[in-house]
Amino acid sequence: MATDVVMPQMGESIAEGTIVRWIKKVGDQVDRDEPLFEISTDKVDAEIPSPVAGVVSEIRVKEGETVPINSVVAVIGGAVQAAGGVQPGAPAAAPPGPSQQADGAPARAVTPEDGARSAPPPRSAEPPASPASSPRPAAVVERAETIESAIRQRSSPLVRRIAKEHNVDISQLRGTGIAGRVTKNDILGYLDGQEGQEGRVGQAGQVGQVGQVGQEGRVGQVGQVGQVAPGGIGSDTVEKMSPMRKRIAEHMVLSRRTSAHVHSVFEVNFTRVAQVRDARKAEFERAGTKLTYLSFIARAAIDALHAVPVVNASVDGDSIIYHREVNIGIAVALDWGLIVPVIKHADEKNLLGLSRSIADVANRARTKQLKPDDVQGGTFTITNPGVFGALFGMPIINQPQVAILGVGNVEKRPVVIDDAIAIRQMAYLTLGYDHRIIDGAVADQFMSIVKRALENWEPNAG
Amino acid sequence: MPRAHSPGSRALGICRPGRVSYLEALALQRKLVEQRRSGAIDDVLLLLEHPHVITLGVRGDGGRSHILAGTDALASRGVEVHETGRGGDVTYHGPGQIVGYPILDLKPDRCDVHRYVRDLEDVLIRTAADFGIGAQRVPGLTGVWVGREKLAAIGVRLSRWITSHGFALNVSTDLDYFNLIVPCGIADRGVTSVERLLGRPVPTVAVEDRIVSHFCQVFDRSAVELSA
Repeated sequence: MATDVVMPQMGESIAEGTIVRWIKKVGDQVDRDEPLFEISTDKVDAEIPSPVAGVVSEIRVKEGETVPINSVVAVIGGAVQAAGGVQPGAPAAAPPGPSQQADGAPARAVTPEDGARSAPPPRSAEPPASPASSPRPAAVVERAETIESAIRQRSSPLVRRIAKEHNVDISQLRGTGIAGRVTKNDILGYLDGQEGQEGRVGQAGQVGQVGQVGQEGRVGQVGQVGQVAPGGIGSDTVEKMSPMRKRIAEHMVLSRRTSAHVHSVFEVNFTRVAQVRDARKAEFERAGTKLTYLSFIARAAIDALHAVPVVNASVDGDSIIYHREVNIGIAVALDWGLIVPVIKHADEKNLLGLSRSIADVANRARTKQLKPDDVQGGTFTITNPGVFGALFGMPIINQPQVAILGVGNVEKRPVVIDDAIAIRQMAYLTLGYDHRIIDGAVADQFMSIVKRALENWEPNAG
Repeated sequence: MPRAHSPGSRALGICRPGRVSYLEALALQRKLVEQRRSGAIDDVLLLLEHPHVITLGVRGDGGRSHILAGTDALASRGVEVHETGRGGDVTYHGPGQIVGYPILDLKPDRCDVHRYVRDLEDVLIRTAADFGIGAQRVPGLTGVWVGREKLAAIGVRLSRWITSHGFALNVSTDLDYFNLIVPCGIADRGVTSVERLLGRPVPTVAVEDRIVSHFCQVFDRSAVELSA
């Protein structure tokens, strides 16, 4: 039975395709899914496999011709058909295997000869510039294999990620994949084996995550959960803290011990910022980033830090160190914990630069792309429990800093303006500060500056 | 704060083997495509640099008529010439240019060649934006442009929805080498680089990091660095 082969639609907006090369000739045997021809659209070349096994009985579109999608370009018969250019000897000549032809010799290269199969690199069009710089085929293959084996051995990033998250040593697992690779199923199976534990641990973990994520302050509550069952009672689950969890725990307790925490909550009208944000959203999107409330808040806080330098300071014994640099830490919630990457020299960035930097560090935190330097040198931290619905937070200071700004949920609320009730975009901002060096009046002065800037935002202010 | 991607996004191995000859990279890609197809490996993004080389696409004469320099001139500058399996016309690769070869399976949800090319452009435009460069698309001309100058070239090959070849972004490329060719066969436009646009050097690795980040966002993948 004959099967029509059509020009495939390679994308929604694609109406036609150009046949660049026929990999099979009339009379050639072709397997199902074996590359049959190559097409080209603009900068993309694609190799099209045969829909069925059989013998190419007819080729209707010549190389270089462009036809609409779904046009029949070839016919494949179940047996050798008496179509035009069939050469009696052709079917017998074994066609090159799919792997060589798949991505093999370039279109312009002449027929792939046998040599090309074992040595895939195409001939260079011109004599190589200097023989010395031209790698020998053996070296080429060897080097490629080194890189390749590196990829294959560690080829399952997903598995490695799962292993890391669950503290599993992959080398201890038996792999059922190619060359003993540990597959996703292998590791999931292994983890399932510890199911009873894992299920509950997962839940406990989540409680912790919501807390840390929203705001470091709540880590304390997670600690209390621990106090209920210090050693584990009966069916309780005991889980070792991950290294990150341990660091967060130590850091938070140290901070509570070090600083005399006081919190001051201000209510801020975000209506103006919301308007500016709406007006400039598209402009920022064109520039490739998102304009968020956090960018405005960071910008306002940076200006306030310049105005009230003691908030951008540290304590060293009985000295106060005023930092020249303004390096803003942004608390980023992770599925596996919390991290505070730092935007260096944040005071040198405009609204666009800050938006980019915030998105950048957040993304890199979540994709584990942060470098050690990215989480060091912070002089002030902003945390955003509002995104998780908190009205306001009481955040713990990120040592050795002396203040942290918590951002509550921005939402419409009724407010009294000139003795009338109005609806405005409102949010609570909290400053957690170290009373050793910052007094209440100073903290409130800082917060007033932040509030004033946000409520009277100049529409085009950087 | 925006989420980089959903927790369930597919893994993407990031491999940065450094300087790799064009032929080595070609052989490597060919193998990786086969392995990706068989499921032996996950999606991979190769980020590397080539020694001086001029490569030809598969269309027409592959852009051979767009090589302006004679064989001797090429040889004396240590420039090789190779044919490739990718789409597009002639282009130049060399030191200071980030060459990205994504080996991705576009199945099941990204089977659209135009979308793929647009997504690659998107990654590069966002990357440029991180350095304060306003790059954009030019309708009808694949690649990433700043004004009338090309910052990054794109040439892609698909083999049953497995991608190979990819993009080349000029970071600190010696742009003189482009005078040997008519890039992509487009005679009335020039080329540029991040360094030229900013007037200061930018470390390649910083640009690579931004590419990885945006690549993961645009393609909804989770990056995992591989050491190679």
